[in-house]
Amino acid sequence: MSEIPAGPGFLRLLGQRLRNDPLGLLGLVLVLLVLFCAVFGPSLAPYNPLKLAVLDRFQSPSWTHLFGTDNLGRDVFSRVLAGTRIALGVGGGSIAIALSIGLMLGLVAGYGPRWLDNALLLLFDSVYSFPTVMLGLTVMTLLNPSIGTLVFVIVVIQTPAYSRLIRTATLSIKTSEYILAVRSLGASPPRVLLVHILPNVIGPLFIIASMDIPSVIALEAGLTYLGMGIPPPAPSWGRILQEGFDSIRDAPWIVIAGGIPLIITTLGFTFLGEALRDWLDPRLRRVI
Amino acid sequence: MLIYALQRIGLALLICLTSMCLLFAALHVIPGDPVTLMLGSRATPEMRARLQHEMGFDQPVPVQFARFLGRVAEGDLGTDMWTQRGVTTIVLENLPNTLVLIGAALGWAALVGIPLGCYSAIRRNSWIDRLTAILAVGTISIPSFVVAIYALLLFAVELNWFPVIGAGDAGDFGDQIWHLVLPSFAVGLGWVGYLARIVRASMLEVMGEHHIRTARAFGLGEAKIVFHYALRIAILPTVTLLALAIGGLLSSAVFAENIFARPGIGKLIVDAANFRNFPVVQGAVLTTVALFALAMPIADLLVAWLDPRVRSTF
Repeated sequence: MSEIPAGPGFLRLLGQRLRNDPLGLLGLVLVLLVLFCAVFGPSLAPYNPLKLAVLDRFQSPSWTHLFGTDNLGRDVFSRVLAGTRIALGVGGGSIAIALSIGLMLGLVAGYGPRWLDNALLLLFDSVYSFPTVMLGLTVMTLLNPSIGTLVFVIVVIQTPAYSRLIRTATLSIKTSEYILAVRSLGASPPRVLLVHILPNVIGPLFIIASMDIPSVIALEAGLTYLGMGIPPPAPSWGRILQEGFDSIRDAPWIVIAGGIPLIITTLGFTFLGEALRDWLDPRLRRVI
Repeated sequence: MLIYALQRIGLALLICLTSMCLLFAALHVIPGDPVTLMLGSRATPEMRARLQHEMGFDQPVPVQFARFLGRVAEGDLGTDMWTQRGVTTIVLENLPNTLVLIGAALGWAALVGIPLGCYSAIRRNSWIDRLTAILAVGTISIPSFVVAIYALLLFAVELNWFPVIGAGDAGDFGDQIWHLVLPSFAVGLGWVGYLARIVRASMLEVMGEHHIRTARAFGLGEAKIVFHYALRIAILPTVTLLALAIGGLLSSAVFAENIFARPGIGKLIVDAANFRNFPVVQGAVLTTVALFALAMPIADLLVAWLDPRVRSTF
């Protein structure tokens, strides 16, 4: 990306910027905490998140079990830590796939013939008019719940927004003079798109995609909570919440422990994302 | 104006039609045959044959699609696989509950969010403005189902102030309101911040316009300027936003209904999805798509009708 300077200059600028923006700084700290848990969580976890210990079931929080144990005696703290990797992996992975597909479709829609543009727009708008959770539930009814299905659902939900953004940006620069110049020099459409248009439209896409991370993580946890996402025994935060909900009267610590990481992650990424957006591209404030 | 209205409604119908194609294709594109999918692999051949015939799967795919479109056009969304009841009837039984929930959520969100945004814009950089900005970002990003679970735990289980499950007794209006408080709180919370942000931004924009300066020059009172001249225009973007919000609200309602065991479209879809009752899922999801697709032109027309500046361009 040409717009964002790399190296120590970028980091120093970021530091200066965040010093004047306490919320952005808080976001950065929370995101770093979450990333730390995702990377080192498995080695930090005091217990195996999947290990059953039925004799120790429903232990309330104590120094041996920081967040207590669940209905099967599994250590909730270890499960929450392990869930970080699932949340970030599924969220980051599916956004990356949606970005690539959205980018391609958007370029094609913006630069291609009018009929193709209209057809793609209609497709985007139709997919977009499914409420996200409804779309997820429909697909999950037909396909067996698995991580692959969940990623597919999130990609389908996210792609139209990215395509539309890229399409609009492509439309607005495809008639500009420098594009006309390269075309008259004989550049082929793929070259025009990839070398001359892509670098100019991709910046805002990254900012918007990074701001979608919280909602995608929430969607993963939400669908899993409804029993339609990641199948057990994987300790997704949504699964912890779902299993904890069944015993909310006897063991409220399970749902409390399952919800806190979701709140920390969504708040952290949102605060940091807003700070980065205001800094890198203030014009986007109107879009989002 | 009429042409514009027809265009917008036509587009909405086209979107509904494409969505129907997608919903229909979903069942046929996926690997494996639909009957096994719905009944599971342990079904007897007689059950399979019966379902195959009932659902029309023994017909060629284009015929099936034509029949599907024809039925939906007549308002028939199909038949529940297990109870043999009409899906349209089931959806219509559940829809009012969801609309009440969404309406209550939007209502309290607008009652709190719009004044908050308006005040933030007038008293810029006051502590209320700053606090609103932080709370807005916070409430927008926290998932509504976490809010719902925490609210249920705190106010219903621990403090016992509100009922835990259900929608209340059918005849008892007060009881129904009582059951509505926590779910609508959870669904609406994110929208308070969102509305406050949008109203603040558009209010700041409007307050800088010429007609406000003219009103000031005429010596009108600040209250009259704010409420009569500025807010009326600043509120317009929220109308479009509320239509867009219906999709998000329906998604939040799925969680609120399941967590609080409230009857409604969201609970209907999840329960049907758990039993792989595809006709019910299909019919109910199609209804939500239609709601969303038709809300957009209605909002556009409402804005055009409310805003004299837009009205005059027709």
